[in-house]
Amino acid sequence: MPADRRLLSPTVVLGGLSALTLLSIALFMTLGARGKWDFILAFRGTKIAAMVLVGYAVAVSTVLFQTITNNRILTPSVMGFDHLYRMIQTVLVFQFGSGLVASLDPRLRFGVEVASMVVFSGLLYWWLFNGAGRGDNRRSLHLLLLVGIVFGVLFRSVTNFLQRIIDPNAFLTVQDRLFANFNRVDVELLTVSALVVLAVSLAGWRWRRTFDVLALGRDAAVNLGVEHRRAVMAVLVMVSILVSVSTALVGPVTFFGLLVANLAYLVIRSHRHALILPAAVLLAVLTLVAGQLVLERVFGYNAALSIVIEFVGGLAFLFILVRGSAR
Amino acid sequence: MPIATLPLATVGIGLLAVWSLFVGVSDVSLATLFGGTPGGAPDQATQVLLVSRLPRTLALILAGAAMAVSGLLLQMLVRNRFVEPSTAGTAESAIFGMMMVSLLAPEMPVFGRMAVASLCALAGTGLFLAILRQVPLRSPLVVPLVGIMLGGVITAMTEFIAYRQDLIQSVRGWETGDFSAILLGRYELLWLSAALTGVAYLAADRFTVAGMGRDVATNLGIDHRKVMALGLVIVSMTTAAVIATCGMIPFLGLIVPNIVSLVRGDNMRGSLPWVALMGAGLVLACDIAGRLVIHPYEIPIGTMMGVIGSALFLYLLLRRNGHAG
Repeated sequence: MPADRRLLSPTVVLGGLSALTLLSIALFMTLGARGKWDFILAFRGTKIAAMVLVGYAVAVSTVLFQTITNNRILTPSVMGFDHLYRMIQTVLVFQFGSGLVASLDPRLRFGVEVASMVVFSGLLYWWLFNGAGRGDNRRSLHLLLLVGIVFGVLFRSVTNFLQRIIDPNAFLTVQDRLFANFNRVDVELLTVSALVVLAVSLAGWRWRRTFDVLALGRDAAVNLGVEHRRAVMAVLVMVSILVSVSTALVGPVTFFGLLVANLAYLVIRSHRHALILPAAVLLAVLTLVAGQLVLERVFGYNAALSIVIEFVGGLAFLFILVRGSAR
Repeated sequence: MPIATLPLATVGIGLLAVWSLFVGVSDVSLATLFGGTPGGAPDQATQVLLVSRLPRTLALILAGAAMAVSGLLLQMLVRNRFVEPSTAGTAESAIFGMMMVSLLAPEMPVFGRMAVASLCALAGTGLFLAILRQVPLRSPLVVPLVGIMLGGVITAMTEFIAYRQDLIQSVRGWETGDFSAILLGRYELLWLSAALTGVAYLAADRFTVAGMGRDVATNLGIDHRKVMALGLVIVSMTTAAVIATCGMIPFLGLIVPNIVSLVRGDNMRGSLPWVALMGAGLVLACDIAGRLVIHPYEIPIGTMMGVIGSALFLYLLLRRNGHAG
């Protein structure tokens, strides 16, 4: 594209996105509302809060993951992160029994899950990016992707396997939390998640310039004085926490992050994380809220949003893959 | 002589098959079979054997051999080692077809269902090939990636419709291979895939040549287009028959041909019997294991294969990288 590349400045784009997002939230809260307002506000408010939190977590984790892997078609979910989270949850119940797990304070349980997620994913992906990722760049990228997808299948199969042999009561405790659904969100977990996300964001915001440097690639980053290894590890930790939060709240949504991150780069046309991150978050929240609104009000049903996102995201992924390889 | 090992392997698979007959909740053993019952009524053990165990074991052998051979065939045609019906959109498209039949013509007889599923599988695989033609293939790994993603998109479509029509459970059934519901009268479709496997064997040399690429094949006097079409039809119909009978068995067609080719090379006529045998053997072994691990319940083969298959696939991928880099 020639002269109109920068038709809109990033600030204008961000402003427009914010306005649209607020509008869709307002519509979501008010459209077709009948009955007591205090009930409606609380009911829909929880949904909105969940969507905002999930959109935020998915968008930020994807952008950061793409930054450290230096690639636009990788996302934590494509690399099997959320299936890993589900597997860890199942293994915990399997190992310690549903009684113990259910009697734990949800906050403590969440803490344990996130901690094991961070340790496992840290080790696994550290090995993957540093061990298998060397050599011819293009091939290793595709290898990484494929390995990630297969890891996802493996984790999912192990989860299914354990869920088959687990005792039925224990299975119920797990099953309850393994499907993408914005209608049934644990309010207590929502609060914990919000606090966790806030903490991660505060830590992350101080790093935003480091992210810009990391995006230049390993060698450039090292030359510019970034402790690459430490920074990447820190980002991996943040990503695992955010993925755990979104998966714990609504279950896995594989291609969603890919969609919003790439859209964000498309509309912002900058590589500064201070601009990209907010744009991706706004796009994510907008997509979720507006999508849910259209599904509920126009088509009249509830929980299929994740399937639609999967479809559109999958198409986008194919498109990016085909176009990227063609270049 | 490697040839002499083939009968040996056949005997091994035969033993597995016999073992498979005697695994299960209901008591079937030599003693109960030949103990006999007074009065001449067909005794229970014999009946279980004939109605349930024997069909199940036959289905396992037929489906295992057929899926492994389909994988090999697809790998030859696409010229890529990492392709099989579940990484090329074929299986997902067949499931889409099955769902559409249940939705629009639930009364259709099983052959009609399979025909529709085959056509869908053919269309899906065709779409996959059309996309591949658009991609200059810098890396062989892009091929399975495109296939897996295409499969994901088709699955999302299937689930979206199934979700609205309350068909999710049937779809899950086709997605997870499971032999526990196989009975006499419910597996015979698989003989068709056995016949197709036979056709594949007869045409094996052509496929080998076609696997060298269009130009070489044309130079050697083979109608590349026709051979491709034949191969795709065989793969699609086989996949549809297996999915209609027992559901999808992931990774089977990927792992078996790769392992056989590590040992035996790429001449299809030579390796095809091995692929068929090993496919049947792997499925038998996985099914027996699935029935023993949580006896008296069982783990469906789709799950067993998902775990074992993805672990082996990872090994193949990373091993290959170790050699190349």
